Amino acid sequence: MDSDNITREKELARGRSDEQEPRRLRTAQGSTANRASETRTEPAVTVENLDMYYGSFKALQDVNMLIGRNRVTALIGPSGCGKSTFIRSINRMHEIVPKARVEGKVLLDGEDVYASDVDPVRVRRKVGMVFQKPNPFPTMSIYDNVVAGIKLGGNHKKSELDEVVERTLRQAALWDEVKDKLKQGGTSLSGGQQQRLCIARTLAIEPEVILMDEPASALDPVSTQKIEDAMEDLKKKYTVVIVTHNMQQAARISDYTGFFFIENMGDPGRLWEFDETSKMFSNPNRKETEDYVTGRFG
Amino acid sequence: MSSLSGTSAFYRRRKLVDRLMTVLAYACTAAAIIPLTWIVIYVIYRGLGAWDLAFFTELPQLFGDGGGVRSGIVGTLVIVGLATLMGVPVGIMAGIYLAEYGDNRLGGVIRFMADTLTGVPSIVVGLFAFGVVVVNFGYSAFAGAVALAVLMVPIITRTTEEIIRLVPDSIREASLGLGVSRWKTIMRVVVPTALSGIVTGVLLAVARVAGETAPLILTIFGTNFPISSNVFSGPSTTLSLQIFQLGGAPSPQVVEVAWGAALLLVLMVLGISLMARLVFRGQSVSGGR
Ligand SMILES: Nc1ncnc2c1ncn2[C@@H]1O[C@H](COP(=O)(O)OP(=O)(O)O)[C@@H](O)[C@H]1O
Ligand SMILES: [Mg+2]
Repeated sequence: MDSDNITREKELARGRSDEQEPRRLRTAQGSTANRASETRTEPAVTVENLDMYYGSFKALQDVNMLIGRNRVTALIGPSGCGKSTFIRSINRMHEIVPKARVEGKVLLDGEDVYASDVDPVRVRRKVGMVFQKPNPFPTMSIYDNVVAGIKLGGNHKKSELDEVVERTLRQAALWDEVKDKLKQGGTSLSGGQQQRLCIARTLAIEPEVILMDEPASALDPVSTQKIEDAMEDLKKKYTVVIVTHNMQQAARISDYTGFFFIENMGDPGRLWEFDETSKMFSNPNRKETEDYVTGRFG
Repeated sequence: MSSLSGTSAFYRRRKLVDRLMTVLAYACTAAAIIPLTWIVIYVIYRGLGAWDLAFFTELPQLFGDGGGVRSGIVGTLVIVGLATLMGVPVGIMAGIYLAEYGDNRLGGVIRFMADTLTGVPSIVVGLFAFGVVVVNFGYSAFAGAVALAVLMVPIITRTTEEIIRLVPDSIREASLGLGVSRWKTIMRVVVPTALSGIVTGVLLAVARVAGETAPLILTIFGTNFPISSNVFSGPSTTLSLQIFQLGGAPSPQVVEVAWGAALLLVLMVLGISLMARLVFRGQSVSGGR
């Protein structure tokens, strides 16, 4: 690890001991109480020595990353380097795939999400996810799509739902377009609107971290712009990790950038370089990073 | 030399074969449709004459004017209804299991058994219900319903499985990613998305057993006297059994009642099948509202 990384790590790690939180993954309350206080600077997510396997195939090796709180972290790299695999390991979504397994640690607010008594359902309530292809629930209205996570997640007050719907749709920059047709089917919207609906749906469960796996890759430029605008707002309150193939997008919206890379065919993917976005795009330490961000390959 | 316009013998022969095959295809289609149309028209022709007030209100008589099939109508509704009540939950749950958890050896075994059961002659299923229910508790509508339910379960199981597998994984991911448990994801997101297909499968299974006769002979007896008001005890009857019993009678008037019952049964099955089509068209797995 080079000196730049160490400096940044220190910066991120500062205040990690500020307040020792109770073991919140295991308790019912407090999911929103401490979120997004601007003063806390310890990383929201700490990844340590993460290896990831699909059966006997090793997809990721030795990934270490500190994901800054209320920052946007962009993940870039050629296809097949394990970016999707990596972000799914953060909220344990990889467990849907039979035989996928993880070695190493993922700490969410200092708490290991892979500890034996941690319920993956609770992890996913704190770490929301937006997928590459918009996937609204086809049987539900726009309104019901937004509150699906709240309704299916257990206790909720009916009176609060209206407020949640308006607030999250505003945050996702979709409110003005759908406020008159909330009872219409979610799949009646355009692709870009559907994706913003999916963002609103994720915001509604009040996660601390939002993972986005190429959320705009299937969308037109106008919709992409709207999603980027929305993200500008989101990062004030949320920790965002976004996988993107669009270098300009990464440069525009992110504070930190991680470059995933596979040197030789058949090797597992590695986090090749990780730094502040400005550094990664102007003066990266490694040649492969520079080649990639300048578009010389990948 | 123009290579496009030359009408070679080869080309003419290909054209002839083409036409011949088209004609053959039409002929075969007609051959397939004619019996069905013929049956429907003939059943209407023979059966409609039997439809009068007495047909719907009286008991069957093997002599005289044949009476009516009231008991058969009631019996069919009760027995098919009971069978649906028993078979649908089991079939749907088994289908959900196979689709969502069934990619293992147990799933393979269940799938194989369901497929085998689909092919077992219904008289064998009737014999089974006879041995298990009738021998211990006597003839009853319930015993018949057990036999029909056993026939329905594998059909519902497999259609439910197929249709649930059609629900895209992205929908499951969306729900799981919101921190919704696996079970709730299945019951509140996946199943509703597949609901129209599941209902279609159920309706087709109902249509399939509504006309079953053989297993009922062994289980509900098929009485021409008033059917038992207790579904768990005492003989009952159905339209299909009445067709069987009246259709072979020497008196043409009695046979006419059998045709009337046949018409009613065909219309019932047709109606259920149409309903199944409508339900399925109303909502599709991937794009529906
Ligand atoms: N469900 C899976 N089963 C087996 N291998 C997988 C699966 N998903 C991804 N992989 C493999 O893991 C590697 C990383 O994939 P992925 O994380 O999707 O890369 P990226 O998102 O960077 O394009 C690839 O070699 C891919 O083939
Ligand atoms: Mg990917």
